[in-house]
Amino acid sequence: MSSFPLLTVAAALPAVGAVLTAALPAATSAKRRDINKTLPLGISVLTLVLAAVVAIRFKPGGARYQMTEHHSWISDFGIGYSLGVDGIAVVLILLTAVLVPVVMLASWHDADPVANDAGTFERNRRTQGFFALILAVEAMVVLSFEATDVFLFYVFFEAMLIPMYFLIGGFGDRTVGEDARQRSYAAVKFLLYNLLGGLIMLAAVIGLYVITAKQGIGTDGHGTFDLSTITQALASGKLHFSPVAEKALFLGFMFAFAVKAPLWPLHTWLPNAMGEATPGVAVLITAVVDKVGTYAMLRFCLQLFPDASKTFGPAILVLSLIGIIYGALLAVGQKDIKRLIAYASISHFGFIIMGIFAMTSQGQAGATLYMVNHGISTAALLLVAGFLMSRRGSRLIADYGGVQKVAPVLAGTFMIGGLATLSLPGLAPFVSEFLVLVGTFTRYPAIGIVATIGIVLAALYVLVLYQRTMTGPVKPEVSGFRDLHARELVVVTPLIALLLFLGVYPKPVSDIVNPAVRDTMSDVHRTDPAPAHPITAAQVAATNSQGGGQ
Amino acid sequence: MSVPDTVHSLWTVAASSTTQTIPTPHIEYGQLSPMLAVFGAAALGILAEAFLPRRNRYWAQIGIAMAGLVGAFVAVVVLAAQGYAGTKAHLAAMGAVAVDGPSLFLQGTIVLIAVVSVLGFAERHLEPRSSTGAPVDAFAPQAATVPGSDAEKSAARSGFATTEVFPLTMFAVGGMLLFPAASDLLTMFVALEVFSLPLYLLCALARRRRLLSQEAAVKYFLLGAFSSAFFLFGLALIYGYAGTVSIGGIADVVSGTATPTPALANTTANDALLLIGLAMLGVGLLFKVGAVPFHAWTPDVYQGAPTPVTGFMASATKVAAFGATLRLLYAAFPGVTWDWRPVLWGVAILTMVVGAIIAVTQTDVKRLLAYSSIAHAGFILTGVIAMNKAGVSAVLFYLGAYSFVTLGAFAVVTLVRDAGGEATHLSRWAGLGRRSPLVAATFALFLLAFAGIPLTSGFAGKFAVFQAAASSGATPLVIVGVLSSAVAAFFYIRVIVLMFFSDPRPDGPTVAVPSAFTATAIALGVLVTLGLGILPQYFLHLADQASVFVR
Repeated sequence: MSSFPLLTVAAALPAVGAVLTAALPAATSAKRRDINKTLPLGISVLTLVLAAVVAIRFKPGGARYQMTEHHSWISDFGIGYSLGVDGIAVVLILLTAVLVPVVMLASWHDADPVANDAGTFERNRRTQGFFALILAVEAMVVLSFEATDVFLFYVFFEAMLIPMYFLIGGFGDRTVGEDARQRSYAAVKFLLYNLLGGLIMLAAVIGLYVITAKQGIGTDGHGTFDLSTITQALASGKLHFSPVAEKALFLGFMFAFAVKAPLWPLHTWLPNAMGEATPGVAVLITAVVDKVGTYAMLRFCLQLFPDASKTFGPAILVLSLIGIIYGALLAVGQKDIKRLIAYASISHFGFIIMGIFAMTSQGQAGATLYMVNHGISTAALLLVAGFLMSRRGSRLIADYGGVQKVAPVLAGTFMIGGLATLSLPGLAPFVSEFLVLVGTFTRYPAIGIVATIGIVLAALYVLVLYQRTMTGPVKPEVSGFRDLHARELVVVTPLIALLLFLGVYPKPVSDIVNPAVRDTMSDVHRTDPAPAHPITAAQVAATNSQGGGQ
Repeated sequence: MSVPDTVHSLWTVAASSTTQTIPTPHIEYGQLSPMLAVFGAAALGILAEAFLPRRNRYWAQIGIAMAGLVGAFVAVVVLAAQGYAGTKAHLAAMGAVAVDGPSLFLQGTIVLIAVVSVLGFAERHLEPRSSTGAPVDAFAPQAATVPGSDAEKSAARSGFATTEVFPLTMFAVGGMLLFPAASDLLTMFVALEVFSLPLYLLCALARRRRLLSQEAAVKYFLLGAFSSAFFLFGLALIYGYAGTVSIGGIADVVSGTATPTPALANTTANDALLLIGLAMLGVGLLFKVGAVPFHAWTPDVYQGAPTPVTGFMASATKVAAFGATLRLLYAAFPGVTWDWRPVLWGVAILTMVVGAIIAVTQTDVKRLLAYSSIAHAGFILTGVIAMNKAGVSAVLFYLGAYSFVTLGAFAVVTLVRDAGGEATHLSRWAGLGRRSPLVAATFALFLLAFAGIPLTSGFAGKFAVFQAAASSGATPLVIVGVLSSAVAAFFYIRVIVLMFFSDPRPDGPTVAVPSAFTATAIALGVLVTLGLGILPQYFLHLADQASVFVR
């Protein structure tokens, strides 16, 4: 490994960028404001370049964790500043780095000051604060993907709540003219849910430390938080959890991740938060921050507590199944565009979690791909929906109609985002959803079958949404709509290009992901089900042909 | 009943052939220098108060106090560097004072707290100037005047200032330095009184809302006197049990390795004396710490006392009292751990839960911080209960981290003012983040540290105490702690919501521009909060090295 701390730099760049952006002098004119926004945008693009370098330098099939860095941080507690990426982390970092500049560009005017009665603007740093907070979130998300030390991960997992909280509460959706109380309620609900999850996890983190300390895994009597050290000690039998302790610790970790992800029934904060936040921030919540939860299930729950993961796997599958159906059903009934997308996301997170705990290689590869694809497709749908809502100042479906006649490009991109959300073959999410279902079916056929209802419902809520807003007679308020302009096209184009590209050719991503999935599977001592069961025989054949096609 | 011939009566003694002499006490002045420096400054301050003209007193008192504190801090550092915190730790002053790691660590912490507090006491830019144009501080112009009387008005008009607060503070600090270092129970009691009495007075000295302030002082004094009486009674019972007041001697008797003194042969090793005595000592200490069910004074006193004094009390008293508690439980009574531990479990759980839950309903910033301090006392108790080396170092670290957050938070409270003085009602803080983003952001940082968000000192401390408790098998305690942290987070976040997401009130308070004194105090608070949050290793290590008691 080279000594250049690439991973640190990739995370430090947005962090430094956040500080710089916040420190810029307050804008006095619209032009100065644009300059203040260009700096954070430039930094996020540079971060994307660095993330791309990480992805290129990453060698699939090489060492499990690459570009590793180790420094002692709090040696009294065996805490190290340890970074390293495997394939799963690489693609998620790349996803984050792609989405952040897109979100910034899409939210270009979301935090602009409102003109007061005299037609002048209050001179303050609110606008640049918005962009600084986005960069701060990016830095913490990237660090939590890179951390290979449980404690280090925990720190950023928790700390990212604070900038996120201010993004939701401080910069709500102005298009609606909603009173601020709803918004601060949503922000507080977001924070309290996640904080409670995090604190329960803290108890488990402490428990993990105490057990490693008692069994002498760390150096000179201290415990350790180093993921590799712990997993190696687990594999060699040097570290042994009692079954009760393992289950308790697993539940502690899983609770936090299930709140974050979110898994039914801990999901109720998401519709509020996404409904009240600006479209850009909503993308940040569901496409970037929530991915840390699902990623952490794969990385920490499965690796640290393989036996408990197997014990609780079926129960979690059932919860995720409920989430798939429940989220989709509620999405069908929504009147509010953003809440509809929020419930759709809950349904999709159900698929991701199902793929993880099905404990098959297709399932986990599918779940990882799903994280990426869901990020892109939801971003596309939400951001286009945001453009739509900014034109009318309403987020109610009933306020729109006939948009495709006035703004065909807007309607077309909305359609593509929607079709990706319902997993149309040829678009990226199809591949991952199929893999998840196949992976689940090979081990738990019944659950796999019921989960397909989620796909049908997805078609329902997406197409009904499209039909009600875009088709039909042109409503008078809609008739003056401009089609997408240059900035909005720049936002949408890369997302749609990615959806199409990964839909027909997912190999670049799956090549990076697959070795990491194999490692995770061997951590939980699970192999794909052998064709012992009468039904699975045919199923495995189908799966293998699908796996070969990947 | 035959009376021994040697005793004729109670007031005469037969002339003994061997003339007994009382040996001259051997005092290691060097090792006691931190306390001597502070007490010296206090005495000097009294003299300055008596002989200096009024106009010179303010600066002279600040100079004397600062010189004493800096001297004390240098002395602590030199002693620690000479190894008294480790290998050379021993009992000084005929076994009355322990010079060991915990003593020096806590003394260093208390002295630094005192430095920051004195900066806060010296603040004269916040109150509007008096009619003569003299700058005015947070204390009553003349403490002896009746509130609202003509005498008070004339004192205020002539620009009097109660510069006595500085020597009073120094006496309190001196007592606090001695309290956790005391190695026999009598010294401990004397130290308790030495630091409590000045605090009662300081509480009564608020310039605004004087009746509330005096009421707070009376309540604090009455309850404090009760608790001191409990402590003293417990001390007497323990003496009856062990025949000695020295910590080491008590530990020997408790563990059964000492030969009992003949004079107390009938009472020694009577477990009832031991347990009742220990419980009474505990009441005295838990009162000072503000643990439930001995917490009732905390909100009233915190609210009524002048805010700089509240900050000082909330941080330094807690450090001193927890220091003494640690020494008592770890050095004197480790032999009866199984007896006191279940009781402290209950106290810790009650303290965390009651503190966190009642805080939710508070509408006054100072009362809110008071209940939060109760909850934090509970968190610290979980570390005390751990009863291992990690427990001591975790408590030491937590105390250091917590005090500076508290000092900073109360210093910010002094800045937010309206015509009636400090605007402490929470509704007045609405929208502060819009009007004064920097002050609101600073307060938000302190609140996040109280809530234990990672990358702040509060998180490092909480992790340390919970880790120590978990490693000693107190897992349920950790779970209760974590859950009450979640409840506590709710009300800290509520204040942040209020400051940042609510619309400012048109008649809202203004944020006064402080002098360099308060600004420095707040800046130090921010620095320590972030420093101990991001790079806690050095101080954790220091606390770890300083975690062995000598007895």
